[in-house]
Amino acid sequence: MSWLDKIVPKLTRSDAERGASRVPEGLWKKCVKCGAVLYRPELERNNDVCPKCDHHMRIGARRRLDTFLDEDGREEIGSEVEPIDRLKFKDVKKYKDRLSDAQKSTGEKDALVAMRGSVNGLPVVAVAFEFAFHGGSMGYVVGERFTRAAQVSLAENIPLVCFSATGGARMQEALISLMQMAKTSAVIERLKQQGTPYISIMTDPVYGGVSASLALLGDINAAEPGARSGFAGPAIIEQTIRQKLPKGFQRSEFLLDHGAIDMIIHRNEMRDKVSGLLSKLTGRSAA
Amino acid sequence: MNPNYLDFEQPIADLEAKIEELQLVGTDNDLNIGEEIAKLRDKSTKLTESIYSNLSAWDIVKVARHPQRPYATDYIKRVFTDWDELHGDRHFGDDKAIVGGIARLDGKPVMVIGEEKGRSVNEKVMRNFGMPKPEGYRKALRLMEMAERFKMPVITLIDTPGAYPGIDSEERGISESIAQNLAVMSRLRTPIICTVIGEGSSGGALAIGVGDHLNMLQYATYFVISPEGCANIIWKTVEKAPLAAEAMGVTSSVLEELGIVDETIPEPMGGAHRDMDLMAQRLRERLSHQLDTLAETPIDELLEKRYQRLLSYGN
Repeated sequence: MSWLDKIVPKLTRSDAERGASRVPEGLWKKCVKCGAVLYRPELERNNDVCPKCDHHMRIGARRRLDTFLDEDGREEIGSEVEPIDRLKFKDVKKYKDRLSDAQKSTGEKDALVAMRGSVNGLPVVAVAFEFAFHGGSMGYVVGERFTRAAQVSLAENIPLVCFSATGGARMQEALISLMQMAKTSAVIERLKQQGTPYISIMTDPVYGGVSASLALLGDINAAEPGARSGFAGPAIIEQTIRQKLPKGFQRSEFLLDHGAIDMIIHRNEMRDKVSGLLSKLTGRSAA
Repeated sequence: MNPNYLDFEQPIADLEAKIEELQLVGTDNDLNIGEEIAKLRDKSTKLTESIYSNLSAWDIVKVARHPQRPYATDYIKRVFTDWDELHGDRHFGDDKAIVGGIARLDGKPVMVIGEEKGRSVNEKVMRNFGMPKPEGYRKALRLMEMAERFKMPVITLIDTPGAYPGIDSEERGISESIAQNLAVMSRLRTPIICTVIGEGSSGGALAIGVGDHLNMLQYATYFVISPEGCANIIWKTVEKAPLAAEAMGVTSSVLEELGIVDETIPEPMGGAHRDMDLMAQRLRERLSHQLDTLAETPIDELLEKRYQRLLSYGN
């Protein structure tokens, strides 16, 4: 320890250090893909798409719905549904504690937010996964909120739009989470039978139980550029077949090429593209 | 270690070995060995009973995966009559990890669909160890829709380590094939009875597992991720699989409590593989009874009940 350290009060020093790091962290963000250092307000104006390389960064559920829906007439669906730890699941940590940690860090009760509103004047019910909450995993709350949102769609014949971002089923809810696949698929099938459109948009990443249920049951399945989606994660596949996976495997472009999705939609065109599709499917005209 | 017995069954294996030894001796001299053998047999039965009344979740997973456990085709032979296997998804190929066909149960036509792991090494390879690819689930879907047209109930037998995680599986849309089955089974206009006979692993099991009645054999297991997979994610080692199995509640008793499984079908002492015929007979009796019960409900009512039940999961 030098003589200078001894005479400078600790508090002042650490404050100064914190202050120094706050500026770049708050105002600048590095693109994980191309490494460009981006000015945050500009990035936000571009919907968190890197202006240099077009990488679509992950965004939260509320921001997603905020950028997608018209400003007026939004109403949240199913916010009263909260997680229950039926199995009293405990590993190195209690599931209950994992839940409250995730709730504190994201400000959400669980990994899905559902809202009714409109897009370019067309009424829609829209749901979005919160990947920051437990990897966007689907347990009871995600399945139940999705189902309640779809039931609003069913009852009022309003199209349903889903933005998924998830690692799959939530293993801490074990079979209850598996059954959410059957539940959400059943209600989507009712929409299909009734002729109420369901559009599924996959955003990076969409895997496992969500991919094998609600994410691929759209009348129209779409994905953002570069989003990864599949049933099994790349690590599991490599481990099973003991070979390296081809470049671009499971990316949106691969999915389009293999016939799994109808189109790739750029985030900046999302509102216009989806409202255009819905307008044709429903015969209503967009504003 | 006797490969026909699981690790926790080794004390039984030791006793059985002793009995066998005595029997050999008994044939060449007429010492009073009969009594001794009877005693040991009794002891072996009691030991089996006591071991099996105390199985951990992980032990049950091992019984469910026992190499001698009866598979779908074993039950098909014993439970049904007049079996005609039907092949192919009509688009890509015939996935042998899923068998399907028309048979009779108590003389009445039914559509049977089962996941099959395969017994011998060659058969296991041919059946991809019971891991279906998209064409397997699409074959199942084709047969279910056919059952609907001809008003045949659908009976499914679930036993898979999971849908196949491979490049070809992903290229042909394994996720979509599973999702499609879930959607269609939720509204198929014919009764559906599903039974987990061995290992029900995740989406690959659920893909033929949506219906009006869900059975589990006593030592079958059903999970959203394998205990090894769960342990690997949480503890970073498969060694902790027993803890994961316990935490996830992968057995019929837990799942019945959660209202997911309707009925547990008891297995012969020591597991289904100890007496395949007896197990098949019990399964036939339960399926036959359940079909009769489901047939009493008008189809629209049955479908509404099925739908409401699906919607209630987790409530």
